Amino acid sequence: MTDPVLSLHGVETFYGRIQALYKVSLEVREGEIVALIGGNGAGKTTTLRTISGLVKPAAGSVIFCGHSLTGVSPDAIVRLGVVHAPEGRRIFPRMTVLENLQLGAFARGDAAAIADDLQDVLALFPRLKERLAQKGGTLSGGEQQMLAIGRALMAKPKVLLLDEPSMGLSPIFVDTIFEVIADINKRGVPILLIEQNARKALQVASRCYVLETGSIVKEGPAAALLNDDAVRKAYLGED
Amino acid sequence: MLGGALRRRVRWLPFGLSDAPLSRLLVGVAVVIVLAMIPMLDRNSSHISAFADTGYVMILAFGLNIIVGYTGLLALGFAAFFAIGSYTYAFLASPQYGVHLSFWPMLLVSAAVAAIFGLLLGAPTLRLRGDYLAIVTLGFGEIVPQVFQNLDKYTGGPDGIAGIDQPRLFGYAFGFNPTPYYYLYFVIIVICLVLLNNLRNSRVGRTWMAIREDELAAEHMGINTTSAKLLAFSLGSAFAGVAGVIYAAKLSTVSPSGFDFNTSVMILAAIVLGGMGNLIGVLFGSAIIGLLNFFVLPQSSNWAHSLGTALHMDFLQGVDLNAYRFMIYGIILVLVMLFRPEGLVPSAARRAELHAEQEAGAGIALQEQAEFGADIP
Ligand SMILES: Nc1ncnc2c1ncn2[C@@H]1O[C@H](COP(=O)(O)OP(=O)(O)OP(=O)(O)O)[C@@H](O)[C@H]1O
Ligand SMILES: [Mg+2]
Repeated sequence: MTDPVLSLHGVETFYGRIQALYKVSLEVREGEIVALIGGNGAGKTTTLRTISGLVKPAAGSVIFCGHSLTGVSPDAIVRLGVVHAPEGRRIFPRMTVLENLQLGAFARGDAAAIADDLQDVLALFPRLKERLAQKGGTLSGGEQQMLAIGRALMAKPKVLLLDEPSMGLSPIFVDTIFEVIADINKRGVPILLIEQNARKALQVASRCYVLETGSIVKEGPAAALLNDDAVRKAYLGED
Repeated sequence: MLGGALRRRVRWLPFGLSDAPLSRLLVGVAVVIVLAMIPMLDRNSSHISAFADTGYVMILAFGLNIIVGYTGLLALGFAAFFAIGSYTYAFLASPQYGVHLSFWPMLLVSAAVAAIFGLLLGAPTLRLRGDYLAIVTLGFGEIVPQVFQNLDKYTGGPDGIAGIDQPRLFGYAFGFNPTPYYYLYFVIIVICLVLLNNLRNSRVGRTWMAIREDELAAEHMGINTTSAKLLAFSLGSAFAGVAGVIYAAKLSTVSPSGFDFNTSVMILAAIVLGGMGNLIGVLFGSAIIGLLNFFVLPQSSNWAHSLGTALHMDFLQGVDLNAYRFMIYGIILVLVMLFRPEGLVPSAARRAELHAEQEAGAGIALQEQAEFGADIP
């Protein structure tokens, strides 16, 4: 078996004196969608922030394509191809859709390919194409989420970290977003996906990790976890 | 037809000016010609002096606009960097130490010194969130003139440094004649405008605006926010350094009182009034505040005095409208905040921009994107 694209080994992360992650180990392999589920405050966002260098782990290591990301600055990590679409979309509100997408490509150096990728992203999200000159802040929530994902794609990710992409969206939009996620993955981008919508996440993912109060308590093939009693109870709202 | 021709972009112009539609360019050229002729039209040297002094308000406003307007860092006490620029020149071009470096290279030297102080202040403080940064920079603005005042052994204390060298150009001595300073400011402001126009549309400019919009999101885009903020801080300070040199040379003297909090407030008022982040807005705002400060208030005080003398009204003879300066700034700012919170210019300009894009449709936007994408190195 080939080495994973991204792996965490015994990662421990603190905010000041509060420990948010305890010995978190996980991996994302070529072609996979890996779901990371867990309750509020479990440490899902912290896991992604640790990978993208926005918080430094006190112990453990993050390995991307054979390179250790420990001590690497967040901007260098983006340049390596680890792209993190943050929780809550965080569109640049007073910039146009086009400018938002262009900023997504900020860390890249290949001008010609950027123009091509823009076309690809607009083909993926026709609604954005109609709204290129509109200010990001005036888009609807769902459109903003499309823009957030489109913007992340503009960075040409080698691995994509998505933090709750379906948050606050109507059921139809949720379906659309999950279709897009599957589509992006089919184009060869491995994805680490955080979701509150655990059922959807498990349907689209190949494998899943369950995080509880900073520790991974369960992992396995998504299909298996869908049928796991504890998971069904805690995250799928069944008794 | 004509409208179309005027809206067409002029491709052959250098320095990014080619992005402006022809009509705007023509207006710009006309304004430049009129402003260049003012010293020939108005022979009153105190008027010219007031117009020239408006120049340093503009340059300071350009600098502060990089920090506050483009990058969204609320820095108060900006006059500190103006003071550092002035004193750097005063130390190195006056009898104080018997050093007499030439004026022209000193423009760059003082810019560099002010930029270094910007870095020194910025490095530890830019991590702070907005309100803390405001307080620290406010403190810095109070401390710097105090230091110049108290180190009287080196700085001449409250009296400052006199006999500062004045520029010469090809054997022509500027002296105390305000006209050459007017033209000097004029040229430097035009250079600043071209520079800033390019900067704003550059990669660096985009990082600043991304940070202003959402710093965390900017980090997610792979922007090194710390170095971008430091760059904004030091570059903005460098503008203040340049302004300081010309200011010191024109007066031929510097003293701590020239760099008090009032100066910082005046500059901040100028960019808020005109519209933070918009170059033309800042130009207007600083012109209005500068002229109000150096021209309108002193002039109208004089008029009031003459009127008072003519009508034998003691009250009018003694009135000093300059004393009401800050009340007037205050009123202006309150009115701007109430009626045009984005400042005088940007709302109008932005609306126009948006309309143009909507008219032309997404096709143009796409074409522009291709160009925009292409200049990302
Ligand atoms: N900047 C911070 N400072 C201090 N504590 C923090 C900080 N950010 C997160 N925490 C704490 O770390 C823990 C994990 O937070 P995290 O944001 O990773 O949770 P999460 O799993 O993403 O939750 P949610 O599903 O609500 O987004 C929480 O207890 C939270 O309060
Ligand atoms: Mg979270």
